[in-house]
Amino acid sequence: MSAHAGGYSADPRIRWIESLPWIVAIVAFFALPEYLSLGARILIYILYALSLDLIVGYAGIITLGHSAYFGLGAYVAGILAAKAGIGDPVVQLGAASVLLEIANKATTLTGGADGLSGVVVAPILGLFRFDIFGKTAYLYCLLVLLLGWWLVRKMIYSPFGTSLTGVRENSLRMHAIGAPVYWRLVLVYTLSATIAGAAGGLITQTNQFVGLNVLSFESAGELLVMLILGGVGRIYGAFVGPVVYLIAQDFLAKQFPEYWYFGIGTMLVLVVMFARGGILGILDGALVKLRGRP
Amino acid sequence: MSAAALETRGLCKSFGALTVADDINFRLETGARHALIGPNGAGKTTFVNMLTGALPPSSGRIVLGGEDITAMGQAKRVKRGLGRTFQINALFRRLAVIDNVALAVAERRGVARRMLRAASTHADVCAESMDLLATLGLAEDASVRIVDLPYGKQRLVEIAIALGLKPRVLLLDEPAAGVPSLESHRILQVLDNLPKHIAILIIEHDMDLVFRFARRITVMVQGEVLVEGPPEEIAKDRRVHQVYLGEQHHG
Repeated sequence: MSAHAGGYSADPRIRWIESLPWIVAIVAFFALPEYLSLGARILIYILYALSLDLIVGYAGIITLGHSAYFGLGAYVAGILAAKAGIGDPVVQLGAASVLLEIANKATTLTGGADGLSGVVVAPILGLFRFDIFGKTAYLYCLLVLLLGWWLVRKMIYSPFGTSLTGVRENSLRMHAIGAPVYWRLVLVYTLSATIAGAAGGLITQTNQFVGLNVLSFESAGELLVMLILGGVGRIYGAFVGPVVYLIAQDFLAKQFPEYWYFGIGTMLVLVVMFARGGILGILDGALVKLRGRP
Repeated sequence: MSAAALETRGLCKSFGALTVADDINFRLETGARHALIGPNGAGKTTFVNMLTGALPPSSGRIVLGGEDITAMGQAKRVKRGLGRTFQINALFRRLAVIDNVALAVAERRGVARRMLRAASTHADVCAESMDLLATLGLAEDASVRIVDLPYGKQRLVEIAIALGLKPRVLLLDEPAAGVPSLESHRILQVLDNLPKHIAILIIEHDMDLVFRFARRITVMVQGEVLVEGPPEEIAKDRRVHQVYLGEQHHG
């Protein structure tokens, strides 16, 4: 079982097990109504982690700067709603990706270290109003994630995705077969940044607040930790990581308000030392052993 | 005189005071079976790296099929039909054998950038890659990952990737490097069966292989061409014995 999906011999059809995250998400929606805001946060981080996996897992480049795109997306969404009065989330998400570059940190615009409040999110497409229980927000995030997942998955199974894996495996050889490696990387960075920006936009829309923390190094590091926990270069590692991380954070922060990072740190150390493929890697290994038995 | 498949004129390369290629005038004819030999440090790999564009020459010109490619980037040279293999395997180790070859085929066919359809639905790329593997006796290994493939076969994949580019000129950098002599006959067999129209320049230390394969041999020493000629002449040449074969016996 290889860590990477895709390639010229890979079957691109969606396997039944790939519906599992969506089933879990729907079940959670009905079964855990009091956790919907945590749920929405998890969905957003999955999208964010998915965008990072494109760069780290497929193109093979470690980055700690991904929060820049996430933060830009978050601020663009916030500024559009708070300053420009454009509050429709779908219109915003489109605009966010276009306006990534013109966003800046000017205090009058972003509220500086106090953050930007007064973000009023209009009903989605003028139809679906955000409710205080977070139902609309959750379903909206789920839909955007579904779209992002579909795009990323399609890309990974495509010739472009395979060539990215080629860059990761041996960029010297990619040059030698005439691939414009630099431009391939520019393209995947752009796509990844756009998705990260969309995730950032979702954070602002669901929290109706945006603070400087979205741009922080910690935010980028946290994301990388999530991806490593889940498993790098596997698409679904980006699903497992944020679920485990954010639920653990929620649980640990309640139990041990001062030491919760210790729990997260322990998990990371264990994964890095004993399970380089992350949690999904452990599951993969277990499956292989199970199948190997007569 | 018709245009050579590949030609260098007064090619030089120096790193500071160290000259590693000195006024190399070299001609590779269309369909040639040409070997470049010389002791370690003779500048063979530097020469190849200048040909492929990995290393810019200090002066001189490189002409591919009549076109000056001296200032051209690596990718463009590949597009114009210049392929190479590596002395030390440069493979996509965690990918299947078929993917290794298909990556090259897809680049050549200009579909490698596409992202809307799944790679496996590009039937033309897949079929061509499989055909290529079959001609090298690798069809059964198509779905094996490189890390799980025996070394001898990895050397064949090294060649297969270059062939996926359908080169007019193929530079083989020690194709039998590290392969036990019992298995190197398989490499030679593959080399013998390469399409006749491809001009091949082989750099090799295995003298058996060189003398069985090449119809013309260039001997390089200390960044300069010492002598060039058909194998019979090179085998008899006293200078070659002194400089090159002499060193071979030492180690």
